[in-house]
Amino acid sequence: MIYLVGMILFGILAILQSTIVSRMQLINGTADLILLFIVAWALQDKVESAWQWCVIGGLFASFYSALPFGTLVFGYLIATSIARTLKRRVWKAPYLAMLAATFIGTLVLQLVSLSARLLTGVNIPIISTLNIIFLPGLLLNLILAIPVYSIMRDVAGWLYPEELEA
Amino acid sequence: MKSNTPQFLQLFIILLIILGLTGLALSGYLTSASRIVVGPIVSAQTWIAKRYQAIQSLITQPEDINTLRQSNAELEAENSRLQVQIIELQQQVAEAQLLSTLVDYERRHVENEYVAASVIARDLSPFMHYVIIDRGSDDGLRKGMPVITQQGLVGNIAAVTSGAARVQLINDPGSSINVILQQSAVEGVVNGQITGEIELDMVSKNATIQPGELVLTSGLGGKYPANLVIGQVVTIRSEAYALFQSASVQPAVDFSQLEIVLIVTNFQPEDISPLVPVPSNP
Repeated sequence: MIYLVGMILFGILAILQSTIVSRMQLINGTADLILLFIVAWALQDKVESAWQWCVIGGLFASFYSALPFGTLVFGYLIATSIARTLKRRVWKAPYLAMLAATFIGTLVLQLVSLSARLLTGVNIPIISTLNIIFLPGLLLNLILAIPVYSIMRDVAGWLYPEELEA
Repeated sequence: MKSNTPQFLQLFIILLIILGLTGLALSGYLTSASRIVVGPIVSAQTWIAKRYQAIQSLITQPEDINTLRQSNAELEAENSRLQVQIIELQQQVAEAQLLSTLVDYERRHVENEYVAASVIARDLSPFMHYVIIDRGSDDGLRKGMPVITQQGLVGNIAAVTSGAARVQLINDPGSSINVILQQSAVEGVVNGQITGEIELDMVSKNATIQPGELVLTSGLGGKYPANLVIGQVVTIRSEAYALFQSASVQPAVDFSQLEIVLIVTNFQPEDISPLVPVPSNP
């Protein structure tokens, strides 16, 4: 059930990302809905399927991207591990943890993507990439981080209902 | 006989009176008198009629309001439906105009065979300038086929599935195309940039190029057919220490507005990689 919900969710997110969000650019940067939902899910209490959802989201993203296969899955796995670490350390302030995980996760994912392109022999100026992709993308992700966290908290409440004590 | 005479006289007198009154009325002598008689009757009639109409409308008004509300709702629904229809028709007109220009292009370039496709998605990563189209190997598409619009070159097919294909745009940082300038016949290479722009490079220092020159594919390398429009030279950079001149190029195609593209299906790109010399270790 949980995996099915994850597949449906990330399928819809991948379609939204490739058709709408990727056209809504700030300079050359775009928000990454899949990253945000993966990170927000990993930060939820009681959630045990964070890694599985991360792989599902990464696979869906890989279908829509020409980056070498596995690059995005690798980036999302690092972002998930950061989110899980933050969840343990900043558990009293989940919104702060979400913002921190989004900040670090976005930078890591973009670094992984940039590295993949550089390794495949494409010449990309790093400084201009920082200005036109890294920072705008980071800003957009941080703007969307809190609403996405709220959505995923509701989803977690629906998939993992509170058990009533007898 | 005696009793009939007065009756006859009475009838005669009545007739005379009627005729006289008719004559007086026709000649207008009775107008003022008739006003005095008819005026009060008309006023009374008007008063009664107005009261009757007021009472009648008071009784039937709720029914009218319901009818009006229902009619208003129906009209609003009809209005919404028509507005949606207008938007759909406007979209169809825009699409028809686009297709018409593509058909014109096909007619003007009959030497090639084309398959039209719609752009359905963009690459998720901002580091990749790729789009996905809704045609694939089932429609005869193969890797490497050039993709164009009526404005010029869009890119080439980088990967194909049965029902879709991924197109690498010419502004992707990994894209490199051999080109020739139309007026000066100077050759160079157009490279994509991470910013989404394209740049002309590898132009000889001795060559003279002018802003506004048209940049076309040269056909060298066998990756693209010759004479496809890429864009126009905008600004030229020639630095003293550099080996080559470079220039920024305004692409002919607006990559942010790509909707429908044509794939040149009768062009098979040549793979010249076996011919490229590999540097050997000393």
